[in-house]
Amino acid sequence: MDVNIKLILAQAMLGLNNGVFYAMLSLGLAIIFGLLNVINFAHGALYMTGAFVALILYSFLGVWLGMEWLHIGFWPALIIAPLVVGSFGMLIERLLLRWLYRYDPIYSLLLTFGVALVLQGIFINYFNVSGTPYPGQPESLRGVVNLGFMVFPKFRLFAIVFSVIVCFAVWFVIERTRIGSVLRAGTEKPELVQAFGINVPLMVTLTFGFGTGLAGLAGVLAAPIYSVSPLMGADLIIVVFAVVVIGGMGSILGAVVSGLALGLIEGMTKVFYAPAASTVIFFLMVVVLLVRPAGLFGRQS
Amino acid sequence: MNDAVADAGDLSAAASTGRSQRSRVAQILMWVALIAAVVVAPFFLYPVFVMQILCFALFACAFNLLIGFTGLLSFGHAAFFGGAAYVAGHVIKVWGLSPLAGILVGALAAAVLGYLIGALAIRRQGIYFAMITLALAQIVYFFALQLPFTGGENGLQGIPRGHLFGIIDLSQPMAMYCFVAAIFLIGFLIIYRTVHSPFGQVLQAIRENEPRALSLGYNIDRFKLMAFVLSATLSGVAGGTKAVVFQFASLTDVHWQTSGEVILMTLLGGMGTIFGPAVGAVTIVTLQHELSFMGSWVQVVIGAIFILCVLLFRRGIVGEIGRMLRVTSV
Amino acid sequence: MNAPAEDYLRISDLHAWYGESHVLHGIDVTLGKGEIITLLGRNGAGRTTTLRSIMGMVDRRSGSIQIDGEEMINMPAHRIAPRGLIGYCPEERGIFATLNAEENLLLPPALSSGGMSLDEIYDMFPNLLEARRRMGTSLSGGEQQMLAIARILRTGARLLLLDEITEGLAPVIVKTLDTVTRRLKEKGFTIVLVEQNFRFAAPLADRHYVIEHGRVVDCFEADQVEANMDRLNHYLSV
Repeated sequence: MDVNIKLILAQAMLGLNNGVFYAMLSLGLAIIFGLLNVINFAHGALYMTGAFVALILYSFLGVWLGMEWLHIGFWPALIIAPLVVGSFGMLIERLLLRWLYRYDPIYSLLLTFGVALVLQGIFINYFNVSGTPYPGQPESLRGVVNLGFMVFPKFRLFAIVFSVIVCFAVWFVIERTRIGSVLRAGTEKPELVQAFGINVPLMVTLTFGFGTGLAGLAGVLAAPIYSVSPLMGADLIIVVFAVVVIGGMGSILGAVVSGLALGLIEGMTKVFYAPAASTVIFFLMVVVLLVRPAGLFGRQS
Repeated sequence: MNDAVADAGDLSAAASTGRSQRSRVAQILMWVALIAAVVVAPFFLYPVFVMQILCFALFACAFNLLIGFTGLLSFGHAAFFGGAAYVAGHVIKVWGLSPLAGILVGALAAAVLGYLIGALAIRRQGIYFAMITLALAQIVYFFALQLPFTGGENGLQGIPRGHLFGIIDLSQPMAMYCFVAAIFLIGFLIIYRTVHSPFGQVLQAIRENEPRALSLGYNIDRFKLMAFVLSATLSGVAGGTKAVVFQFASLTDVHWQTSGEVILMTLLGGMGTIFGPAVGAVTIVTLQHELSFMGSWVQVVIGAIFILCVLLFRRGIVGEIGRMLRVTSV
Repeated sequence: MNAPAEDYLRISDLHAWYGESHVLHGIDVTLGKGEIITLLGRNGAGRTTTLRSIMGMVDRRSGSIQIDGEEMINMPAHRIAPRGLIGYCPEERGIFATLNAEENLLLPPALSSGGMSLDEIYDMFPNLLEARRRMGTSLSGGEQQMLAIARILRTGARLLLLDEITEGLAPVIVKTLDTVTRRLKEKGFTIVLVEQNFRFAAPLADRHYVIEHGRVVDCFEADQVEANMDRLNHYLSV
């Protein structure tokens, strides 16, 4: 019995570790969807891009520049990668998505799907599909900590704590600050907000950049945990879509909480019936659709 | 998707009679061209290549029944195509069913799957519908990966082509070709008849204005579900046939990328046109074939075509030509 | 009335479109500094669209809109309010459901230094002080209307566009709004009222424009209203 509880707690921690990535990605999707009414299919590919930016900064950039000694490490990557990915996101919004707002949102979904294919295809050409390990994990986060019920890798613990802090900081900014109130107002009535003298098109671009930047940040955090692969975002984004359907797009907190909870549940499933772990979130989505189609935190329409 | 509808709305009555006559002529010409192409193609191209095109053309036309004529974007149609391929392959290989019976059993499996997935997905609309179908199809993908009869990563291999009606040997390329061509034409005819039936008119009314269709007293969910099941069934026919042609079913058939490809074929050919998806399938399959030397850059090309189509070319090839010739339904 | 000193708002030959539908067919309106005018007419005549066109909230517009001598017709929507010092109170009030009352009040950015302070606003609308932590749409209709007006007074706007501010409100609240509007006039605000309630608008306005089918079909000075009551009733009867 004692062993079982330890096993459950251990899997719960690993599940939570996946859950923070679900939470960060669904948070970004929800923010973007709120203001733009666009589901960003490229979100997974941008998460993958974030991980690759970290990998390139550490392992490849120096070689490319002829400065073999140059390894830009994890901490700078934690800032650079979200900026790179976010800027790329803003370019996508400005150059491509902007032309589609007057049409059915389905076209935006298809456009971002195309962007995801392009990004994924490019990385497949230059990097190993089965993954490249990220060697730039900082010295201070190597090793393990004893949690009492298990020894847990220090870095994973850091990733969990850091992501949870980021998610709640984002929630706080959106729900409690002036910037957040402008964003919420823009989500509700963009035309009126614009008539008050606020530059809504700029706000849309920045929001898209911020949401995709979060995906890039998640990618950097994932790089030392999973190996960095061109396909790492593709399978993840489908799970995140299910998370979003379960949570409903209505609330920021809902996106974060359902991401964390579903990661936990997925981890626990590994203990009880491992083959179901890869599908349990999809089956939970089925249950939610049957019981509460608008999602747990969604507004019934 | 609504561009074509808006166009049609601007017409004066007189112009629309002229246009509908032109449309009839255009449709007859397209039918002639289609049948001629199906008859002539195997003499100029590899029969297996043409059969691949026919399978994907039927798949895209079945998909178009939803996106083009009902306004529902399914991102999970690979589940029906690939699911039927596995089931047809299994019953032919292990149970020893004839190829035709195998394809029908595969289609039946796709119909059941279509009913289950459709019934869940129609509980939400628009973009959610797309995400839900994608997620549910992923369950089918994991089943294909994990169930004992599917062969996991290797797929289901060595499906015998067998004999049609017990006498016609389908290992003969031309016999197999005629079988596939017949399946394609019958499937295409079913879709054509459906679109022009009263049932098809209701579907289009739902696409154009769902609240109005509801206020006219139609049980919208039932119509959507029927369209979904029909589309899934015909996708299953295409998938089962594909399994017999290539003699294997693989994870690629159930993967989300296949769902994406069928969307692209339909979008490129022209959503909501009758012949467009077939044109789109020919284009994409040919392109993949011709560009295969590029390796994984093909995916980049496919993605770029997606982006360009959505930005510049939302009516698709057939839709755009139809607009230039001022023909409404081709 | 004194002769208007100078035109603050001058609209000429204004056309506007929503998508393909042509909604305004040449509106001409002029308004001097410190004046109040009304736009009268039936529902769907184009009065709301005229205000929305001024704010750049239509798909396309042409003609001329000059504010204090500056041409606004080609200006991006978010620059119009700051350049023209305009405060816009939309029909249905435009209160944000996901913002509380005070967040609603503080949302529009300041346009000039001449705006009312929060204290002055809570002084003018004491109800809003009590309600300031409640979410926007849990306020009563009257409170929402006060909030919608208060939030544009904070910004230092000099030209107010008020769309149907009395619609659906109890007589006692309409009376408060009457007092508020008079005080605004005393403070020198220039105001365009779109009103269904002629009895509310008549005593306040310097001039009345009648709009039908997207055009100005008639115009009365305040002192001509008595004499032309029949014509007015004809325009406004349903």
